[in-house]
Amino acid sequence: MCRTVDLQQAVLARNDGSARELRAALTARGTVAVNLLSSPGSGKTALLELELGLARERAVPVAALTADLATENDATRLGRSGVPVKQVLTDGLCHLEAVMLAGHLDGWLPEPTRLLFVENVGNLVCPASYDLGESLRVVLASVTEGEDKPLKYPTAFGLANLVLVTKSDLAAAVDFDEAGFRANVARVNPGVEVLLTSARTGEGVGALLDRALAVLEGAPVHQPVMGRPSAGHTHSHGQVDTHSHGPVDTHGHAPVDTHGHAPVDTHSHGLVDRH
Amino acid sequence: MHEMSIAVAVVEQVEQAAREHGAVAVEAVRLQVGELAGVVPDALDFCFSLACADTVLAGAELTVEAVPARARCAACATEWAVGMPPDLCCPRCPGVAGELLTGRELQILDVRWAEEPALARADQEG
Ligand SMILES: [Zn+2]
Repeated sequence: MCRTVDLQQAVLARNDGSARELRAALTARGTVAVNLLSSPGSGKTALLELELGLARERAVPVAALTADLATENDATRLGRSGVPVKQVLTDGLCHLEAVMLAGHLDGWLPEPTRLLFVENVGNLVCPASYDLGESLRVVLASVTEGEDKPLKYPTAFGLANLVLVTKSDLAAAVDFDEAGFRANVARVNPGVEVLLTSARTGEGVGALLDRALAVLEGAPVHQPVMGRPSAGHTHSHGQVDTHSHGPVDTHGHAPVDTHGHAPVDTHSHGLVDRH
Repeated sequence: MHEMSIAVAVVEQVEQAAREHGAVAVEAVRLQVGELAGVVPDALDFCFSLACADTVLAGAELTVEAVPARARCAACATEWAVGMPPDLCCPRCPGVAGELLTGRELQILDVRWAEEPALARADQEG
């Protein structure tokens, strides 16, 4: 009576496809997107403010898109830096998706923009699963959040290309166990770089900008094991995966693969067509 | 809660498959969810029933096949269950995981079509 059909479709295939398209379109116009992920209150906006100011000082064309569940406070703060800033209200949605980001950039992203900072919704769970077409995914945690944060949010930290510790000026005051934090990061994402930053002292602000600019110049980016395509990937039921759309394959955040030598379809996206 | 977005993505993909197969109703959907996919199965189950309402999937049952995360050491080829929270450092040598063999799956495995919508099925059974 009943018919069963093997679908073997990655649930996030549509988002991943849109993310690849967006990454290619951004690459084609010489823009690198930096996706910033953290919990609320980690000091992401304060750091981004300094980042934008420094980029302006160094005459690097930057823009920032900041996503929030509600309120436009962040855009107002970031707008003071004098660089193009766009506020996106997600109306309660806990994360950005690639199609949403592409829609918000379309017709807005100024030419030339070399670095586009995307301040994701303050949340370490939901945004982790969505590739936004970024070439650098930065995951932040403040010293006040404790050193076990990477173990509590392994998907977020495990898929980071770069990890930032924020509010480092408070480290001593809150007994932040830096070695423990680094060990926990290394456990879920071996080899990823951890940078200490402080919006109060300015520590690490230049370093983050340097990393982003290096990616723009084509420098290789750390590839997290968790996001790396697996050669011998098989499904748990023993069947060899011969499909090209396995979840591991389509969900890798592989900036190096797509940066610089991506097969770019210049007609596939409004970002390219309009500018 | 991104499980809602994920449930909607599942429903959309199954709806499209139903159109392609000329199916009028769905009895069950089987999903594979890796330990490190960042998805809470209970939340997904709840969202799935909401997302199915007023679609060809109304009344469909969701089965989640959990996939444990396993890694292979880049240096000594040892394979191990990484556990939760995951440990991607090799249990046998100072090396680290060169690849994650399983654990990031978020995949629709298969769909079982039904002959008639859930409402009709319920009427018959009741
Ligand atoms: Zn080993």
